[in-house]
Amino acid sequence: MTTLTAGNRPRTQQGRKKADLWSATPWTKIVLAVTIVISAFPIYWMLVIASRTNKEATDIPPPFLPGGNLGQNIQRVLSNEDAHYLAGLTNSLIIATTVTISVVLISTFAGFAFARLRFKGGKVLLLLVLVTMMVPLQQMGIVPLYRLMVNLEWIGTLKAVILPYLLNGFGVFLMTQYTEQAVPNELVEAARVDGASTLRIWWNVILPAVRPGMAVLGINTFMLTWNDFMWPLIALTPDNPTVQVAINSLNAKYGTDYVLIFSGTAMSILPLILVFVLFGRQIIGGLMEGAVKA
Amino acid sequence: MSVNVDAGRSTQAPLPPRRGHARRPQGRGFLSWLDLKAAPYLLVSPYFLLFLIFGIFPLGFTLWYSLFKFDLTGTEEWTGLGNYTALLSDSAFWNAVVNTLGMFFIATVPQILLALLLANALNKRIKGQLFVRMGVLLPLVTSVVAVAVVFTQLYGRDWGFINWMLDWFGVDPIDWKAQRIPSWIAISTMIDWRWTGYNAIIFLAAMQTIPKDLYEAASIDGASRRRQFWQITVPMLRPTMIFVVLNSTIGGLTLFAEPTTFYGGNVHGGTNSQFQTVSMFIVEQGFREFDYGYASGAAWLLFLMILIGSLINFLLVRRIGGKK
Repeated sequence: MTTLTAGNRPRTQQGRKKADLWSATPWTKIVLAVTIVISAFPIYWMLVIASRTNKEATDIPPPFLPGGNLGQNIQRVLSNEDAHYLAGLTNSLIIATTVTISVVLISTFAGFAFARLRFKGGKVLLLLVLVTMMVPLQQMGIVPLYRLMVNLEWIGTLKAVILPYLLNGFGVFLMTQYTEQAVPNELVEAARVDGASTLRIWWNVILPAVRPGMAVLGINTFMLTWNDFMWPLIALTPDNPTVQVAINSLNAKYGTDYVLIFSGTAMSILPLILVFVLFGRQIIGGLMEGAVKA
Repeated sequence: MSVNVDAGRSTQAPLPPRRGHARRPQGRGFLSWLDLKAAPYLLVSPYFLLFLIFGIFPLGFTLWYSLFKFDLTGTEEWTGLGNYTALLSDSAFWNAVVNTLGMFFIATVPQILLALLLANALNKRIKGQLFVRMGVLLPLVTSVVAVAVVFTQLYGRDWGFINWMLDWFGVDPIDWKAQRIPSWIAISTMIDWRWTGYNAIIFLAAMQTIPKDLYEAASIDGASRRRQFWQITVPMLRPTMIFVVLNSTIGGLTLFAEPTTFYGGNVHGGTNSQFQTVSMFIVEQGFREFDYGYASGAAWLLFLMILIGSLINFLLVRRIGGKK
């Protein structure tokens, strides 16, 4: 009611007051500008150092503009014998892609069942998923998982870091929420009356409707997997690393060779920044939508 | 799929079990049973199969291992609760607990306040909205190890950017890694840099669902913007606050990558373990000392810490803006 009146009379005093409430003050602009500078600075700094020499990197005052040595430094990273950087980059891509596709599929299946199919024990199983989201499985299960991988002789192989990541309770939860909101029950029932099988309903009714949710989950999973550090550090060997483990090797062995390490880190965040620039709108939209629903 | 549809049409599906016939007059047989009764279970089965292998199995075995004493030669000996009593009187474990809680506190409190402030600013009418939001979220899409490497260099004692800036204000160079509190601050800023923008976006989403009438009414009553923020916005954000705080609790208490990278990839956490977290302690015990039992016991104690921490924070947040 109130909104209606205010909307109908935008020129009244009330209307103007509403505009004032949501207008940006100088203070707002300062907060936002400072935040963006602080957000961007470490990434900019990464590029500055990655394109300099080690001598310049330790100058006082520090250099503020990129130099001309980026290509040369990247060469050094790629040819470094301790880091196996290129293998790490490739492995991370393989791992993150495989995990993302699997998690999105598994979660979409389960989300469909939990949201739109009635079955005995369904509620209890969903509750189980929610409870396990709270358990830090990585820390809790690290010793038995390691011993399991040793027994299977999977230590040092990509299987060891792909399989445990397929377990993603958050994905199931997200897709359940998303399916509930995106697919009306009547639609599923209508398809059922028309004689469609469960799989066909999934393919023709569910899948087209939940695609945005799948995209958000996919991007999220890709970033988390790409970033993970603790388990790959233990389950992989330095000669067949992920990109994070490769950077760690550089960091551990060449502690003060800043240009080398920084070139490695700069290359490792490039794929993520690219994804972000391309899909920024969707990522932020999905994040905000998920936040309100959760 | 097509097989299923065909089976529905044809009157003579191969091997139709009688139960199916009895229940459904149209009689779709086994395939129909599969489609209607079994399909939901089949759809959730991949998740629960993985959960069994990579969730239940490790959790159970961690508990089991924690009751044994392992040594380097590979022998295992039953000790009952021996690992737990040893852990509770181990000053190295308590050191890790204190470090974890200390960094959690230093990182989380400013992070949530800053995120609220930032969300409030983002909620105003601004030009280039998408650009600003992307700028705020940028830290999230960088990789943790990369960021930790950059911050470690920025916090360098001799040529670090931060000491250089502090020098303007006449502050002597700080050896960030060597002392406990400076190292905690350095690591906390890495965490906050990464997560403040993310939490701000989450808060922003929740702020946008608060009815604008509330603010209009309040401003007609003469409430200042600051007052509106604390009396309307913050209490209305309570459910989101619970989500954010629980998330930060789990993330903060399992902290690993930042402090490990800060000490050159070593899980010892500084010369005197002044920034070793419980997660690092678990890895050190399990994979440097190869005492699987001790590491497993520490993992369960960490889980207990997370449960207690989550509960305390949940109760604290519920009190924001009075009980309702």
